[in-house]
Amino acid sequence: MRSRTYQSAAIAAEIAVPLLILAAWQAWTVHANDPLFPRLSTILVQFKDMWLFSQFQLHVVPSLIRIAAGFALAVILGLIIGVPLGLSRWGRLLAMPHIEWWRAMPPPALLPISILLLHSIGDRQKISFIAFFCLFPILLNTIDGVRGIDPNLIETTRSYGIRGFEQIRRVVLPAALPQIFAGLRTSLSLAVIIMVLTEYFSSTNGVGYVLLISKNTFQLAPMWAAIVLIGVLGYLLNLMLILVERRVLAWHRGWRAAATQ
Amino acid sequence: MSAPGGGIVTRLTPGVAAAASIATFLALWQAVSKFGVISEQDLPSMTATFRELWSMMQTEQFWAAFGRTVRGWALGLGLATVLAVPIGILLGSSDFAGRAFRVPIEFLRPIPSAALIPLLFLTLGTNIKSEIFLATFGAFWPLLIQTIYGVRDVDPVAVDTARSFGVGPVERLYRVTLPSAVPYIATGLRIASAVALILAFTAELFMGIPGLGQIMNVAQSFGLTNQVYALAVATGFLGLGIYIVFSAIERRALRWHPSQRPGRA
Repeated sequence: MRSRTYQSAAIAAEIAVPLLILAAWQAWTVHANDPLFPRLSTILVQFKDMWLFSQFQLHVVPSLIRIAAGFALAVILGLIIGVPLGLSRWGRLLAMPHIEWWRAMPPPALLPISILLLHSIGDRQKISFIAFFCLFPILLNTIDGVRGIDPNLIETTRSYGIRGFEQIRRVVLPAALPQIFAGLRTSLSLAVIIMVLTEYFSSTNGVGYVLLISKNTFQLAPMWAAIVLIGVLGYLLNLMLILVERRVLAWHRGWRAAATQ
Repeated sequence: MSAPGGGIVTRLTPGVAAAASIATFLALWQAVSKFGVISEQDLPSMTATFRELWSMMQTEQFWAAFGRTVRGWALGLGLATVLAVPIGILLGSSDFAGRAFRVPIEFLRPIPSAALIPLLFLTLGTNIKSEIFLATFGAFWPLLIQTIYGVRDVDPVAVDTARSFGVGPVERLYRVTLPSAVPYIATGLRIASAVALILAFTAELFMGIPGLGQIMNVAQSFGLTNQVYALAVATGFLGLGIYIVFSAIERRALRWHPSQRPGRA
């Protein structure tokens, strides 16, 4: 155990370093006086003016809906496709070449194609695009999670008469859940990135759209406010998922802690 | 796993199944386009796409663009590695430094690098510097996080043993910490290699920096649908190639690890 002085110094550093970084940013922007780098205080005021909450409904809500719908679709599809593939070797043999191909494809390379195929630059295209690329991390982790289940567990529950959908719900999904959550975390941060990309590429509203328009019109403070907002969104969504994971996997951590004692 | 002593047929079947599955997909693509389920203007047939790719591959312009994309990717990934691994070792081996920078890292990491594109337009400009910056920024975080995890996961008994044998701090780093962190770094490198490609391509597509992304943007503006599809396929192959190489490196780095031993699958 480390000394108490050390502990309090570490906590102090944990609080002081982020504050120092913000102070340095403010000091540097004041000193540089560069229109490209508005003062941190200016950015924060702009942030409050735009996002709390005058343009929230107009631009943030559409972006959030796209992320939520795309991510939700990816989760549903990932589980529906992933669980059977995890249980079936033949299914994997047939599906893996396709999964490996699409997961290696850089998403922006399909942006122009998505517009051609879907005849849309609206929610339909944005949500399908987000869902498509968020699918693969969830799918791969679900397959791995299901494959990794101890076969004895499956056999035992089957011999107790738990089979079919009941077995998937009660045995397979819970056992694979820790790994599925790893996929969800990757996918959720991907959803934010892809939301920005699709909106920046072509759209009529959303945070990515604000980013594009304020850049094109040289409105630097709104542009920075949009950058900061995207950072905050990414951070908060990640935090939300971690909280959900802690709740859902509480049994798992308790079990792990007991097993390692 | 194929049964022990399984004949050549059981060993061939997986390959045949995979090939058949790919062939089915390509045939389906051809049929959907040819029978007008999706019009050929929106979805060129599979044969037209590959013919276009083949004829593009005869041109110098294609290979120049391909080379530029690879260059932006490689420089970004290289720079990210040079920065992230030492910083990761530092933050991973010092509990104090790790805690001091925990909040800034947790905050910066989920920032989508795509949000920086407009800023780069105005500062570094539409040239390879922006592309490298974007690729480096994206590739930095997974590498940093993996290196920190790897260094923290070093067996403390091994470190203490080395210390009690009088092995100095620098040598401990080389002999104990780094070797056991290498699998983690290799995993970070695999993730970062994909991210760096995405961002190099993004910079080209969105900012008009020369490369595959830029010629795709041009093809799209001129309505050259066949070229758009051919370029997507080419980019897919580049991504697949990078993925195959870096997961082979990862497997090699993990060779000694229990999860990779045969018979435990």
